Amino acid sequence: MDTIADTLHRPEGATQERLPLLAWLHEWVVTVDHKRLGIMYICTGLAFLLIAGVEASLIRFQLVVPESTLLSPQVFNRLFTMHGTTMIFFVAVPIVFGFANYLVPLMIGARDLAFPRLNAFGFWLTLFGGVLLYFSYLAGDGLSGAGSAPDVGWFAYAPLTGRAFSRGNSTDYWNLALLVSGTGTIATSVNLVATTFSMRCRGMTLGRMPLLVWMMLVVAGMTLVALPPLSAAQIMLLLDRFLGAHFFNSQAGGSAVLWQHFFWVFGHPEVYILMIPGFAFASEIIPVFSRKVIFGYPALVAATVSLGFISVSVWAHHMFAVGMGRTPNAFFAASTMLVAVPTGVKLFNWLGTIYGGRIRFATPMLFCTAFLFQFLCAGLTGIMLAAVPFDWQLHDSYFVVAHFHFMLVGAIVFNIFAALYYWFPKATGRMLSETLGRWNFWLLVVGFNLTFVTLHFAGILGMPRRIYTYPADRGWELVNLVATLGVPLQAAAVLLFLINVVISLRRGKPAGDDPWDAWTLEWTTTSPPPPYNFETPPEVRSRRPLWDLKHPDDPDWVHE
Amino acid sequence: MTDGGATMRSIENAPGHDRGYPQHAAALAAAILIGCVVMANRCASAYAAATAFALGDGASVQTPNIFAPTSTPAFAIRELSWFVLGICAVIFLVVAGLLTYSVIRFRRRPGAESREPPQVYGSNQIELAWTIVPVLIVVVLFLATARYIFGLEGFAPAPNALQVTVVGSQWWWEIRYPDLGIVTANELHVPVSDPADPTPTFLTLESADVIHSFWVPQLAGKLDLIPNKTNRLWIDPHTPGLYVGQCAEFCGVQHAGMLLRVFVHPKEEFAAWVAAQQAPAVDDPAVRAGRDLFQSTACINCHTVRGTPANGIFGPDLTHLMSRSTLAAGVASMTPENLRAWVNDPAALKPGALMPAMQLARPDLDQLVAYLLTLR
Repeated sequence: MDTIADTLHRPEGATQERLPLLAWLHEWVVTVDHKRLGIMYICTGLAFLLIAGVEASLIRFQLVVPESTLLSPQVFNRLFTMHGTTMIFFVAVPIVFGFANYLVPLMIGARDLAFPRLNAFGFWLTLFGGVLLYFSYLAGDGLSGAGSAPDVGWFAYAPLTGRAFSRGNSTDYWNLALLVSGTGTIATSVNLVATTFSMRCRGMTLGRMPLLVWMMLVVAGMTLVALPPLSAAQIMLLLDRFLGAHFFNSQAGGSAVLWQHFFWVFGHPEVYILMIPGFAFASEIIPVFSRKVIFGYPALVAATVSLGFISVSVWAHHMFAVGMGRTPNAFFAASTMLVAVPTGVKLFNWLGTIYGGRIRFATPMLFCTAFLFQFLCAGLTGIMLAAVPFDWQLHDSYFVVAHFHFMLVGAIVFNIFAALYYWFPKATGRMLSETLGRWNFWLLVVGFNLTFVTLHFAGILGMPRRIYTYPADRGWELVNLVATLGVPLQAAAVLLFLINVVISLRRGKPAGDDPWDAWTLEWTTTSPPPPYNFETPPEVRSRRPLWDLKHPDDPDWVHE
Repeated sequence: MTDGGATMRSIENAPGHDRGYPQHAAALAAAILIGCVVMANRCASAYAAATAFALGDGASVQTPNIFAPTSTPAFAIRELSWFVLGICAVIFLVVAGLLTYSVIRFRRRPGAESREPPQVYGSNQIELAWTIVPVLIVVVLFLATARYIFGLEGFAPAPNALQVTVVGSQWWWEIRYPDLGIVTANELHVPVSDPADPTPTFLTLESADVIHSFWVPQLAGKLDLIPNKTNRLWIDPHTPGLYVGQCAEFCGVQHAGMLLRVFVHPKEEFAAWVAAQQAPAVDDPAVRAGRDLFQSTACINCHTVRGTPANGIFGPDLTHLMSRSTLAAGVASMTPENLRAWVNDPAALKPGALMPAMQLARPDLDQLVAYLLTLR
């Protein structure tokens, strides 16, 4: 490795003095450094993950037996609303944007994002949105009420959100929290697009950008298209609730279906906004641990960009039960099934990368391998849901719950864990424990599949979503019992991860600059990188600059 | 159900069916269906039998399994579902097989050489192949799906069809038979439909407040009840019996307590039920005190008992309350004890229910319940 260090003029370990606690905290609060903001985004996401995980566990324990009286319907409805809202907006979004923040400048050889202050602004808005959402538990009914959290579902369908059906202020907390955090997400997306287009180092053409950077660029672009419709609809809802407007107020002639169009024009691209970063992590990790260059780089880029376009044309597949009519139903069936083509291309290219490789199953690769299988399942159940009449049965049943948890947990969360294990050494200078990592992986993979494979069958047996209890004569006891058995395993997996982080921060094996023998620019600098990332701006000639340095006899640019 | 697409063909050939879908595409999809569905249907029957056995406790409520249909739309959906499931199963086996093989075959073995494996950058031919094959599969899946969409949604009401209007409310169902002059709640009664001489039921779905969704899995797919919008659904149950379902769109606190029962009767039995429902409310002089109490409290603001001053419309019609098997939209069975508990404090039985507790003294409660018990 000495040759790399010498060649790239790696900054000599800037020895950091230990600051007093307050000064140290102050440094983090006022920072505009993309790496610190990235870490804060990820930590915010992980903190909310614990909260949303507790909510999910309560939901499952309520449903373990029929006619359960553990939770009241009011509490249960708040739990699933807060679980969904938190997981999407305050777990998945902060974590994937945190990784984008941390990695994009490092991977394109830049010293920071294009607008560091805007970046800090975006982060603090996101965090404030999350705090505002949870403040509803204290003040949701208004200052004189007992307080309660939103209970209208994360999708907040009209007219249930109208003044007539949602009294108090709990729905307003949902509305304002997402408006605020959404503004932050838009700010960060603008920043990522500007950075990717204008801050790349010498030689880093668009065609040489790491796949992660490409995919985060697509994600940022999609966010700019998809989020404003939600913000607009939320402002309309505010007008309905406070100024007597009638956009969604069906009792005054408004349209309940209009809200659904607005929400899903945002909501479906949002799924891919979360999913594509998962693909991005896999596209960086799978080649390194297979010891092969990514198979079909241009195809993967093309598939990602086309997925971005297709994703804005599929929203109404969430609305097949609305009664839109034959032609819209057929159109959205076609556009939704079309999604299978670019995602299939991606899966096959990862398969092509593994094929003929020499796979090292370190923890990040274990997570990515499980991702490949679980993503395949999620994709296939997605096709079933796109077959409209089949969806008339499966829609809003537990089958859908199982399907999208295979996507959001089985694919996205698994890849987030892969990414955490993979880049933790870069961010902290220490390795996470492999032993604990393996326990973390196996507990999660068994627990997750126990819960969510089973829930497909609950849906097939006719169990709808969002019910706080069910009669004993429906034949749903067994599936609910088995699904709940997976919960302690998944909870243990997440706790093991946190223990691993705490132990490894203090006593982990020192990582060195390039612990995985990887190929992208972030591994050329120190772990953790200095505030300015690179002492001298790097220059690249191919997609894998470190491969070129390690294999001067057979560099990549000869083949690209 | 022995050959592929049989249900859909019967729908498409029905008189009055609005054929919105080109015949040749239908034929293409049908050709692909044949074979896949033969095998799949056999598995389905075996699975339905297995679940029925597992639940064989003699209870009258069957699990609302989507693969145990009893009405043409649900049969058609099962047909399409097995076709889609079949294709997906083949894709899963092939891709998961390749993945498993690669992961095992190309794992790094201990003591292996440290040299990097050959670097393969890609191949346009291979990319083209694994783009075109999925496109072809998608085309096939889409054609089959479109055929079933147009078939099921294009079905026009036959002149002899029973017309029913279902109105969703927080958290109960109003069920009206406009041609028969019947209004009831939470329990839909329909005649059985002989496939040789179909007597389908057409449902008009509306909502009084928020969005609900009508879902009885063994009869048809779900369809939403939306304020300011009218949706139409049809069923033609082939087998008499009780079929359960419930609201499938989150509609507020008691979404889970918005259960639905569909009783499918032989034709004569249905005619008898209609006659009983059309009869005026029983006026039993023995419970006059309870009736007076009912008519002098807030009960009549929300409830109707036909032929009396009670004509409220916010709650279920109580004219033939005791003919129903359940109470509070299926939350409790209809027994005198449950009825008494419900009238005394609805929220105790169904937390969040919109019916207020009337704070009646015990003798008044006794009289009121005695009156309600006569509304057969």
